[in-house]
Amino acid sequence: MSEELKLTILKKLDSEGSIEDTTAAFKGVSEEVVLGALKSLESQEKVAYVTLTTEFWTIEAEGKDQLENGSYEARIFEAVPAGSQGIAIKDLEAKFGKVAKLGQGKCLANKWVKKDGDSLVRIADSIVDQVKAGLETVHATGTHPSKDTIKDLKRRKLIKANKTVSYAVSKGAQFSTELKKQATDLTMEMMQSGAWKSAEFKKFNFKSLGVNPNGGKLHPLMKVREEFRQVFFETGFEEMPTNNFVESSFWNFDALFVPQQHAARDLQDTFYLKDPAVASSLPDFWETVKDVHEKGGYGSIGYRYPWSEDEAKRLVLRTHTTAVSAHMLNKLAQGPYRPAKYFSIDRVYRNETVDATHLAEFHQVEGVIADKNMSLGSLIAFLDMFFKKMGMSDLRFKPTYNPYTEPSMEIFSYHEGLGKWLELGNSG
Amino acid sequence: AQRPEDIQFVPLNQTESMNGRQVIEFYEDDQHIKKFLHIIRDSPVYPVVYDAKRRVMSLPPLINSEHSKISLDTRNILIEITATDLTKVNMTLNILVTMFSKYCNEPFTVEPVEVVYPDGKKFVYPELEQRLMATTGEYLNGIVGIEKSNDEISELLKKMSLEAEVQGDKINVKLPATRPDILQECDIAEDLAIAFGYNRIPRVQNNEATVAAPHPLNKLSDIVRREIALAGWTEALTLSLCSHDNNFAHLRRKDNGDEVVVLENPKSSENQICRTLLLPGLLKTVCENKRYALPLRVFEVSDVVLKNAAVERGAQNQRHACALYASNEARFEIVQGLLDEVMKSLNVVSVVEANKGVRYCLEEADIPTYLPGRGANVMLINEDGSSLELGTIGILHPEVLGNFDLKTPVSAFEINIEPFL
Repeated sequence: MSEELKLTILKKLDSEGSIEDTTAAFKGVSEEVVLGALKSLESQEKVAYVTLTTEFWTIEAEGKDQLENGSYEARIFEAVPAGSQGIAIKDLEAKFGKVAKLGQGKCLANKWVKKDGDSLVRIADSIVDQVKAGLETVHATGTHPSKDTIKDLKRRKLIKANKTVSYAVSKGAQFSTELKKQATDLTMEMMQSGAWKSAEFKKFNFKSLGVNPNGGKLHPLMKVREEFRQVFFETGFEEMPTNNFVESSFWNFDALFVPQQHAARDLQDTFYLKDPAVASSLPDFWETVKDVHEKGGYGSIGYRYPWSEDEAKRLVLRTHTTAVSAHMLNKLAQGPYRPAKYFSIDRVYRNETVDATHLAEFHQVEGVIADKNMSLGSLIAFLDMFFKKMGMSDLRFKPTYNPYTEPSMEIFSYHEGLGKWLELGNSG
Repeated sequence: AQRPEDIQFVPLNQTESMNGRQVIEFYEDDQHIKKFLHIIRDSPVYPVVYDAKRRVMSLPPLINSEHSKISLDTRNILIEITATDLTKVNMTLNILVTMFSKYCNEPFTVEPVEVVYPDGKKFVYPELEQRLMATTGEYLNGIVGIEKSNDEISELLKKMSLEAEVQGDKINVKLPATRPDILQECDIAEDLAIAFGYNRIPRVQNNEATVAAPHPLNKLSDIVRREIALAGWTEALTLSLCSHDNNFAHLRRKDNGDEVVVLENPKSSENQICRTLLLPGLLKTVCENKRYALPLRVFEVSDVVLKNAAVERGAQNQRHACALYASNEARFEIVQGLLDEVMKSLNVVSVVEANKGVRYCLEEADIPTYLPGRGANVMLINEDGSSLELGTIGILHPEVLGNFDLKTPVSAFEINIEPFL
């Protein structure tokens, strides 16, 4: 059907030169169908069109009532008899119901009547019902010459706006009365038959998006992990075996010089295990660790509190991957000296209440460097290089405290976008 | 220590006199104090501090008495700390006394008090000992990464209120009672670094070169992940803690008590156990993404946790690979095909295509999680013919799907990839 319409439009353009108003030219055809045909013809550059919108007003239900019976204020006026007696307001209300209230206000505003005690009394001798006149004009012509009248009638919800859309059509650059079927795509048949040589291709819309390939995807967090891993590999780090989420308090805390009364070991912050609840044994150097906590050693005066073997055996979900670093350093110490760099990126657990920025399990990135003659200065220099590889430069450092590092530093970098210094991590 | 009934006093800021039991009751609703009631509540005796006239001064650890309240006219103050750890008590007393003494009539003085224990032992407090720690410029400079002379170091330490005396090569640092945190030489090095300024320390790298190496299990996991993603699956990263039901009842599985690690103190039922399967996490993922177009293809290669009495820590991780296909039809052959591809990337061929070398096969089995007749064990067959169960594959049982609030069929496989190391 639309093919027919398109041909009709072309023929009409050919014979008349232009179509002034499609609504008039194609009575009975809906505006959408016409638009469809025009768009199709336009894409082939056979026609050009301009949209014509006309507004017209129709009378609403309440408007119809006032059109036929006069405006509320006019009715009130008519009900008020001439003379100084006037009519009691409550009589008006009895007669007209709610119309009385609506009409009274306007009547008084127009100075057609005035209040005299409990009654309304005429001031004007006669009136012109402007509203009814306005409505009559709108009813007849669909509009009104005075914009203010339209505004007023609209405000009182007596009339409603409507639009008609129509089009003025003219010949396009490629105008012809022929409608050739356009090809949308190049096909194998066209190539085989040679039809592609004489085919007309539909104009392609390059301002569009292509078809989503819907392939497989890797998880964004894993992608970030991969980037970190690459930086570690580039700087000579060995990946630690972190495939053990369960750890004894000994390795997670005690061996790292975290005292047994430390707040981090509270039930509120750490996941303790119910089953299995305790480690079956502690490593052979556990008594050395106990001594350092209780009495000191290796130059330290220790924490000087009674250390409990049972507490150290309690199993936890590791709260940091530093527990694994402790294992690695212990193993490293068994052999002859060699410099070593270890890293890990894996899950850790904190017994937090979950909210928008906190999970009970998350990933930590950790690195350890064992070498001779290292100082805070060389650690800072290393961190400079490490973070620069990830696009973060201009690092600043602030003192902080960890039970297992001394000196300790918080690492900050300036974030251009947020305009402030952000904490990147902790070190020592 | 006295029986609670025998202790009678007016607590701080109150007007009524109460005995020990009444005090406990009284503070049940107090925002601050109710947290400490449990420390003494059930004890047969409560600790109490009296003055010479047997008037109650304090009921530690809860509240002092109204009688001994400090007012604007108070001229003499007793600082008293009762605790269960002697080291901590001394640290706290030292700091309180030193900080408070600034405001004394004669500043920085304190009247010592003699404490006599029932067994006759006597102690004079506060102890306020000045500790001495010996160190060297060489050590301190080495830790910080600067080169300052001993005299310069001494000046810097003074900025941190640490008095240092240079004696030739040695630096003897006098540690005030207010610094119980200084346990050894490295603590002094930190103070020196702070005095110098962390950001002013010369940034010189001097590490020896080392060789990088990935962890073999992670390298293997990456091979498997890449294969599955290239096949068109989307990777998920799910939580490793879940509810007991997620891991058992919802999958129509029974808990024999030997499999799963149970947590003691979770804040929610979502953290009752460590998962032993990746499947529930992925099913939850599919459930949360029901509004997206089918088919949904998700996978994860990640650790589960299994109990293991043979190791010191009683548990160990196991690296699993799990993939799900959710669509209008279960299409078992699709996850089966994916499994074939994953195996091929690990150099293992199906028995359908080979009859020697390391192969794998699917052995039909009655697995409650899967639809009857559509579930199988994935078996690895070694060169010598012995076999090892890697995992399972099948079309999920509709009850399982219902438990996870899924309306479409799902087929899946889950295997342990560690044998491929």
